[in-house]
Formats: sequence, C-alpha cells, structure tokens
Amino acid sequence: MSTNDIDRLIQLLAKLPGLGPRSARRASLHLIKRRDSLMTPLARALEAAAESIVPCGICGNLDTTDPCAVCADPRRDNSVICVVEEVADLWALERTASFKGRYHVLGGVLSPLDGVGPEDLNIDRLVGRAGSEEVKEIILATGATVDGQTTAHYVTDRLADCGVSISALAHGIPVGGELDYLDDGTLSAALKARRQV
Amino acid sequence: MDWTDEGIVLSARKHGESAAIVNLLTEGHGRHAGLVRGGAGKRARGIYEPGNRVRAAWKARLEEHLGNYTCELLQASAAEWLDDPMRLAGLSAVCAVAEAALPEREPHPETYVRLSEFIAGLGRDDWLKSYVLWERDLLADMGFGLDLSECAGGGGGTGLAYVSPKSGRAVSRAAGETYKDKLLALPAFLLDDPARGVESENPAGEIADGLTLTGYFLERHAFIHDARGVPPARTRLAARASRQA
Repeated sequence: MSTNDIDRLIQLLAKLPGLGPRSARRASLHLIKRRDSLMTPLARALEAAAESIVPCGICGNLDTTDPCAVCADPRRDNSVICVVEEVADLWALERTASFKGRYHVLGGVLSPLDGVGPEDLNIDRLVGRAGSEEVKEIILATGATVDGQTTAHYVTDRLADCGVSISALAHGIPVGGELDYLDDGTLSAALKARRQV
Repeated sequence: MDWTDEGIVLSARKHGESAAIVNLLTEGHGRHAGLVRGGAGKRARGIYEPGNRVRAAWKARLEEHLGNYTCELLQASAAEWLDDPMRLAGLSAVCAVAEAALPEREPHPETYVRLSEFIAGLGRDDWLKSYVLWERDLLADMGFGLDLSECAGGGGGTGLAYVSPKSGRAVSRAAGETYKDKLLALPAFLLDDPARGVESENPAGEIADGLTLTGYFLERHAFIHDARGVPPARTRLAARASRQA
C-alpha cells in the first residue's frame, strides 16, 4: 500500500459522520493492522452494498430489494402508513417493534434555508398511496421542530381530499424524564397535550 | 470583541457535524449571525428554533468575523405553536421575512420590539392583522414606508380604499374607481385611523388583501436583490390566509 493509498483512505474515512482527520488516521491504522479479518471483508461489504442497495419504489426505504422487505411483508397492516422524514427514522420506529403498518419516507423536510421545497420531497407518491382504498390512517411522524411540523401541516393539507384519518405523534415528556430537567418547550408541549387519566 | 444582548432566533443552519450558524435579530445589534458550537446537536437543537427568545453572548477576535454565540433560552415560542398550522406558518413567515429583508449588523430596535410583541401576541384572535401591520412597519423602518396619510389623487384624507403600486401612496375610492384593476386594495385596519378607510365588502378577505399589499412592496423593495425572491414560508402563509378568506 503506497502512502498515497493510505492518504486517500484517511481522506475518505474523514468524510464519514463522527470522524475527523485524527480519528480517520486511527481507523485507517486499525484497518491496516487487521487487513484479513476486517479491512478486506469491509471492502467487500461496501462494494456489495454499493451495488445492491436501492431505494424502495413504494416507500423510499433503503434495501437490497425493490419493493423493500417492509413493503413486501404480507403480515403488515396495509391500512396504516407512518410518514417519516428519513430512513433513519424508519429504522428507529422499527427498533421499537411497536408499529406493524407500512412506512413512507419523505426524504427530508421543507426547509427554505436549504432550498428544499415540496417538489423535492416524496409527497406526490404519498398522496397516491393514501388515495388507495386499503389505506385508512396516515400517521405523521415528523420531528418536533418548526420545519418538521411545517412539513406535517403541508402534508395534511395535501391529504385533505384523500378521505383518510390523519394523526401525529405526541410531543411531551420522554420515558424516564424528570420535569426539573426538561426544557420549557417540551414542558409546554406536554402540558398542551395532557390527557385524562 | 464581545457583547451580550437579547435576541430572537430567525434561523439556524447546520454547519459541519454538530455546529450551527444561527441568525438572531437582536435589539442592539440588529440581525447578527454567529457560530454555535454544538448548536445542531441533540441537546441544543431545541434552543435554536425560529421564534425562540434567547440571551446571546457573542465573541470574536475581530468585529468583522462571524464569531461565536453562546445562548441561553429565555422563551420557547416555537414549541407553543407546533400544533397550530396557521400560527406556525405565521411564526415561520415573520422570521423568514425578517431574515431576508433586514440588513446584517444594522440595529433596528423598533423592528425587534415589534417582532417580540408580535410573537408574544400570537395567541390573540387578531394575530393575522398584527402580522400585516408588522410588515407595514418593517417597510417603513427600512425606508420604504407606504404613505397612507391622504389620497394621491387629491381625494382628501378619507374614503381611502386603494394604494398605488407605483408610488405606494393611498388613493380614495372615488379617485381610484377608474383604475381600480391596477391598484392594490387597502384594508382599513392598515390605516392609523380605520375610519378614514372604506368598510370592506368582504371582511374575511381583508387579511389576504393586506398580505398582497405588503407582499407586493416587500418583493419590490426588500427582496428585489435576492435571487430566492419572497421567502417560501411567507408564500405559504399568504396561501393559507387566502384559503381562509
């Protein structure tokens, strides 16, 4: 391996989230020392993933098949679609194992600062899916941020004529959260969304 | 160089992995940007939502540098309106317009005070009127104020129903009748004394008329040099308001 190859490896690793030049150098050395047990398998895995991973034509999830495993699973509930911003959010919900419906990945949120408008998001396809007779409910699981909720309200407007029930995730106190440590915004949202017990 | 001031968050753009470039409208230093280390991270992200009021400490080696902000949240206004589509659109629009229209580092204390009052009054029923009035006053603060004192066509100071898109001056109903298709409608609530105006035939459409009026002059004077034009958040608010009308 020439110095140029090592430099290139370090430069590429430094572009990964969470890694800077110093940690990229450490990771490179770690990989080089474990060439057979880690570096080669990692290179093969990266190559295989780059060739096989495709976005799902139905929901926008990432998988090696199109439609993805979630969309192809016949045991899932076709009447509920959960709308998320990114694939990472879909994975987060899947980790909970508490949702058995289908998903729809928007691919971001409306963000004028970043030049993201409605045409840049996967909204038209969602409207098409919501128009299907099978779908009864759409759950909007966008972030509790101004951009996330603006997107949710925009999607709600677009789905107004589809005749589906639209719900959104609750905002408030996280499990294990103590009131004293919560920020004012979360507390006021929790107070607004209080429920009868 | 350093200072401490109260400010309202206008925008926060992620910079690198966890930092954010935050734009604040401060009382004494105008619209001022700064880098917040960790501002896009999990813990701090909630502080930098548009509309939130913060106490900001800015520090830089030279005055012309971007500098670093350290902010403490004073009021989380954004969180209050996340579930209200119309008011959230209003909050987003007011912050986007202030960011796009105001020059950087030029104090506009009156605009700051009016923005604070607008955000504090978002819960009121007539908040949309306050929004239009805020835009009217913003135009005046930037030197492009509308002259609504009397009719530009010699019709006196009453019965004002239109504004000339060319001069920004009020026109009475009698004087403007012939050219009304070329004039902008002037809702009476935009006048200091609404009795000098004309009672609207469609009161529900007054807000939409007001937004069209201020939007026209903002586009012509404030956003003309901005390739992005009118902020999309403002366009969405105007669309929602016309649907309500």
